[in-house]
Amino acid sequence: MSWVLDNLDVIAGYTGAHLVQALPPILLAFVLSLPLAKLANSRGWLRTGVTTTSGLMYAIPSLPLFVLLPGLIGTGVRSPLNIVVALTLYGLALMVPTASDGFRSVSRDVLGSATAQGYAPAARFLAVELPLAGPVLLGGVRVVAVSTISLVTVGGVLGVPSLGMLFVDGVRRGIVAEIAAGVVATAALALLTDALLVMLGRLLMPWHRGREAGRP
Amino acid sequence: MIGFENVRKEYPGGTVAVEDFSLEIASHEAVALVGTSGSGKTTLMRMINRMVDPTAGRVHIDDEDVAAMDPVVLRRSIGYVMQASGLLPHRTVLDNITTVPVLRGTAKGEARERARTLMDTVGLDPDLADRYPAQLSGGQQQRVGVARGLAADPNILLMDEPFGAVDPIVRDELQGELQRLQRELRKTIVFVTHDIDEAFRIGDRVAILRPGGRIAQVGTPQEILADPTDDFVASFVGADRGARTLHVEHVDGRDVVVDADGRAAGVLAGADGRLGDGGAADGDAAAGPGAEALATEERPR
Repeated sequence: MSWVLDNLDVIAGYTGAHLVQALPPILLAFVLSLPLAKLANSRGWLRTGVTTTSGLMYAIPSLPLFVLLPGLIGTGVRSPLNIVVALTLYGLALMVPTASDGFRSVSRDVLGSATAQGYAPAARFLAVELPLAGPVLLGGVRVVAVSTISLVTVGGVLGVPSLGMLFVDGVRRGIVAEIAAGVVATAALALLTDALLVMLGRLLMPWHRGREAGRP
Repeated sequence: MIGFENVRKEYPGGTVAVEDFSLEIASHEAVALVGTSGSGKTTLMRMINRMVDPTAGRVHIDDEDVAAMDPVVLRRSIGYVMQASGLLPHRTVLDNITTVPVLRGTAKGEARERARTLMDTVGLDPDLADRYPAQLSGGQQQRVGVARGLAADPNILLMDEPFGAVDPIVRDELQGELQRLQRELRKTIVFVTHDIDEAFRIGDRVAILRPGGRIAQVGTPQEILADPTDDFVASFVGADRGARTLHVEHVDGRDVVVDADGRAAGVLAGADGRLGDGGAADGDAAAGPGAEALATEERPR
């Protein structure tokens, strides 16, 4: 415990670095998954292809990907950019099939009715289709967020600063408190992010909460 | 006025939904398109607001070809009511009703004010304004649908089996309300249904469709009942089953109308609208308790 208290500034620094690497992939995976899922849903064969590709992509082990990426995209071995790119790919692998399901879950009758009321295509997507796919999308983002926050730690093995450095360093120097601090801080960060997402969902999708509560 | 001129709809792959359909619908007239599934009735209705574009022929509103109009602008000028599933589930009742006025650029406050008036018009409790559609009964959802269709005060109202998903008692109530509304508002209504009784009740004229949008008969309910053009129409309106073949029997001094199966359909009223008394001088006798039981309407099966 005293190690933790003595090194609060180190833990805080790593937490910041961890978030810098975790948040962009979560956001990018979410935003990029929307057009990709819409595209996939437009053709039956494309959807099958996308689902299969996503599954295969997730099967690539993260450490070799982190090692190979600098060669492929020309970044430095210890650049956090590698982590961001790799984790965006993993995020997409999870998020695209979920978003595809989310858009398919929206009632065609409701979409047809929105068109009949005079929604132009872009407005219909933003005001009707996206919010109605929201609950499924939120489910996907929560999984992506937790998985991304946990995967950022792998970069620690390569010396990219993150909470993962705490266990790498703790193991090397035999400091149990440091290892524990790394595990607890990563888990806490993941849980906190998840809780924030749930709250954001309640705020943005009040009708869904009403439905969960049942009919009056 | 809405006009269909030799309209055809053929889908890629060769399915013909509508072969060759022509019909004129006068302003302020309610026309019911009635037919079984595959008769193309919904397809025809959707050509009016360009949800479907015809493969050949043209549809015009007040002599203007709809093909020349911006579909989004056109749709905002036409009320559209469909089954309850058509409400936006993530919007409150009030927001659903204000959808079209807000899309047309009406200030939100003004649109909401009018929406509250409309809720009253269609018989919705003002307390429901902030509920979501899933929190309403089927009948309430349908009333919201009608209010939304009327919100921008359109000249034309398209109704696609709007009361198909509610139970018979509520449906009867909603049909009655729509009749009342139409007497006040006098919109041009195109009403799609597979229920001939509903068509006869709502439509000033009824178009009975065969598969492929071929018109079997168009006319007022009276004309169709009096002179069905062929066996298809006769069977569709139930004339062949005796439910529409009524005759009068004298019961307790009153004229009771009975169908071919001997089921009581109602009591005959005099020309003044009062119940007939079968020749007895005392008209008040007709209001006796027996009359109500006899007036229970028998629906064709």
